[in-house]
Amino acid sequence: MTIEQFFLMRHELLLILAAIIVLIAELAVSESGKTKIIPFAAGLFALVTAIGFIPAETGTLFGGSFQTSSLTLFMKNVLNLAVLIIFLQSEGWLKKPENSERISEYFILTIVTLVGMNFMISSGDFLMFYLGLETATIPAAALVAFDRLKSHSAEAGIKLILSSALSSGILLFGLSLIYGATGSIYFADIVAKIEPSPIIILAFIFFVAGMGFKISLVPFHFWTADVYEGAPINVTSYLSVVSKGAAAFTFSIIVFKVFGALFEQWQHLVYALAVMTMTIANLFALRQDNIKRFLAFSSIAQAGFILLGILGANEMGMASVVYFVLVYVFTNLGAFGVATSVFNASGIETISGYKSLYKTNPKLSLLMTVALFSLAGIPPVAGFFGKFFLFTSAASRGYYILVLIAVLNATVSLYYYLRVIKSMFIDQTDEPIAAFRSSISMRISLIMCVSGIFVVGFASGIFEYIREISQLFF
Amino acid sequence: MNILSLFVVVPVLTIVGILFTKDFRGARVVSAIGMSIQLVLAAALVLMYLGARKAGVTDEMLWTADYMWFPSLNIHYAIGVDGIAVAMIGLTGIVVFAGIFASWGVEYLSREFFISLILLATGVFGFFISLDLFTMFLFYEVAVIPMYLLIGVWGSGPKESSAMKLTLMLMGGSALLMVGLFGLYFNSAPDGGALTWNIMEIAKVHIPDAAQRFFFPFTFIGFGVLGALFPFHTWSPDGHASAPTAVSMLHAGVLMKLGGYGCFRVAMFLMPQAAHEMAWIFIILTTISVVYGAFGAIWQKDLKFINAYSSVSHCGLVIFALLMMNKTAMDGAILQMISHGLMTALFFALIGMIYGRTHTRDIREMGGLMKVIPFLAVVYMIAGFASLGLPGLSGFVAEMTVFVGSFQHQDLFHRVVTIIAASSIVVTAVYILRVVGIILLGPIKNEHHLELTDAVWFERLSTITLVLAVAAIGIAPLWLSDTIQQSLGPIIAKLTVFNPF
Repeated sequence: MTIEQFFLMRHELLLILAAIIVLIAELAVSESGKTKIIPFAAGLFALVTAIGFIPAETGTLFGGSFQTSSLTLFMKNVLNLAVLIIFLQSEGWLKKPENSERISEYFILTIVTLVGMNFMISSGDFLMFYLGLETATIPAAALVAFDRLKSHSAEAGIKLILSSALSSGILLFGLSLIYGATGSIYFADIVAKIEPSPIIILAFIFFVAGMGFKISLVPFHFWTADVYEGAPINVTSYLSVVSKGAAAFTFSIIVFKVFGALFEQWQHLVYALAVMTMTIANLFALRQDNIKRFLAFSSIAQAGFILLGILGANEMGMASVVYFVLVYVFTNLGAFGVATSVFNASGIETISGYKSLYKTNPKLSLLMTVALFSLAGIPPVAGFFGKFFLFTSAASRGYYILVLIAVLNATVSLYYYLRVIKSMFIDQTDEPIAAFRSSISMRISLIMCVSGIFVVGFASGIFEYIREISQLFF
Repeated sequence: MNILSLFVVVPVLTIVGILFTKDFRGARVVSAIGMSIQLVLAAALVLMYLGARKAGVTDEMLWTADYMWFPSLNIHYAIGVDGIAVAMIGLTGIVVFAGIFASWGVEYLSREFFISLILLATGVFGFFISLDLFTMFLFYEVAVIPMYLLIGVWGSGPKESSAMKLTLMLMGGSALLMVGLFGLYFNSAPDGGALTWNIMEIAKVHIPDAAQRFFFPFTFIGFGVLGALFPFHTWSPDGHASAPTAVSMLHAGVLMKLGGYGCFRVAMFLMPQAAHEMAWIFIILTTISVVYGAFGAIWQKDLKFINAYSSVSHCGLVIFALLMMNKTAMDGAILQMISHGLMTALFFALIGMIYGRTHTRDIREMGGLMKVIPFLAVVYMIAGFASLGLPGLSGFVAEMTVFVGSFQHQDLFHRVVTIIAASSIVVTAVYILRVVGIILLGPIKNEHHLELTDAVWFERLSTITLVLAVAAIGIAPLWLSDTIQQSLGPIIAKLTVFNPF
């Protein structure tokens, strides 16, 4: 193996390097100047993100267990971008006195989980996939429990680690069945031998159950709301965007690549999961008042929509999933950015606390409105295009009834998104949240989000590029 | 740049302009300038269209332009207009112009108000110029969603629940519509070849009958919800009653026409076989709309509710006439859209102005207004007469054409429903004359009303624009009818291929 080949893992290597540099930087700064790490780490990560966009060679490593393609590179770039936005949004929270000791840990833990996700996306066999999955999960539990003095946060951490352990166990059981049936853990070998035998179908069900935990599909979603509510808000946005996005990427890659031949068998399962996920999550979201729980259920519902793209099971399906996650990064982080900003300034994290926000903070309210419309899939913002392509993908297979259920669910979801907008614009209160200015890094992140929300939809080149690289994948 | 694209560009520039204004004065002046340009453009378009037809241009769509947007899905930004679209654009131009002046007095968050209002107008104009189903749908939703804020923030009465009800019902309608559009797209090339969203391309192929039967109801009801098709009309009275003046005007005057327009341009034109087979169901529903709306209006005490139910009745008549599928009736349907759009906008403008003075919309608390505000009262009477179909005004021309057209069918079913629907004219006369009698004539019921002042310049400008348009159609209906009829040709041709009669 030459050194050039080794650079196929460019994204992963850069991330590990960044984590080490942050670790060393921690030693270099004085006790009182710990907060200087924040701009340093964010800047470093911006550099890493930028380098990721430079075109790179693609190929395989380690006898096929690590594979890159233009599609996986793009997926990693999307995740990098999301993490960069989250780092910019974390500044206010990290500057709080109780976190001063642990600033660099936050960055290192986040970057390490990202490394795990990158390996997961690039995996060419189930072992590499599983290693990536665990690397992505265990540090995430530490992140969730980051506010260790708050019992909610600790509770969320233990919930996440326990349910992850259970889901990993189920997943591993499924993988072992596949190994037993086909005699290999390499995707390429499995594809050649896979057939709709009962044991393979059982294995697939276990695999879906395991992945269902990560993507938080109903009925594997029970941990989501509690963990999202207990975790610090920036970690919540990390879980709901990056973690979920990476899991959706990996799920679609493996389902298409390994189980593609079994479409006839798994379509019913995915169909049922999609209907349950969208409907139940929407019904729960209707009555939430806590903004984090609200966004948690909304993100579960969004995962249900992603399944519609997976049902397409062709390059359109792949492209629509990747595109949707890209849109979702900007959209959801926009909403979370506003929620973070409001929380840092006032400590309020309920929808009813947002009353008359437009009078005092018009820009933030407008941004939230745009983000929520995008989540609901209202044109002309990007969310509309994202949903539309997912639906196109499902309709191309003739799932018109499923599309109808999905669009009706999108209408139901509009009700609870409008509730937030109603609170900000229409409801009157004598004591609205006082006017405040967000920090510069927060504003940069919000500008990135809002420009993403508007540009990604209209600039058809982005979707066409994703579609092109998805075609190469098949 | 293509003249049609200007209809989207001008409102967008106006919105950008409003963002740079400081207070409500700036905002309304910028809006007025922008929408005046839009009105001039619309008038120019109508004249250019008539000129082109006179010069012998026989293309089905004029000023077409086509830009590829998403090549992999064959989504285009494709635009073009025929006579019907031109007429609708003219209507929209007039109503939006009048709407801006009717909301001259909005001072609470006025920049946001005008931005939302013009965003709505952008969606409507974009809808009428689109030939591509994707862009059409996009503009359709752009037109619907600002309603939530417009009613919720600036409305009156139970505005929050009305706004929510309206938005959710219309979005539910667009959910059905979306499924219908997917069905059209994936069946647009039954013999192989590239799938397309372009209406004119899809019209050239015959969509398989099974697919037509499945997707026609989705598309038709999807648009029908916005056209207040019974039993999906319930958003309309609540929404209109709670909406601020200009929003009621735009919504009843223009937005509800999107429903009727979509019903024939997309659902019936592209799926004629299913349209024939299922017409009877929808004819029964629209007959109920027409009669029920008229009777509903009799019992109402609130001026806006009266007009909202009257809109249900009149918009029902539009879809009723469309479903008759012959040239006269469909011509009448389009005329009815224009006529209803103008006079209902006029009604809502007047109701807003009267409410601004009396602070009540309850007809039992008003009386003798003719003596104190003669200008508004006279205009109200004109609007009322147009609505009940007095010859010389637009309503007569439209309803006459509709019923003549629908009576051309020889069979019992069509004749019976025509007679039932025509009876609504009498009921309309009852509720219009009753209101006019109660609030305008007779003694003054409230002493405070003695001090009311008559219309000021912007109110006069707003109402006179609409009155002129109503009278113009009534006195010289032929030029409008000509604009429409030639364009109806291809649609009728496609529908009559399958006509069993």
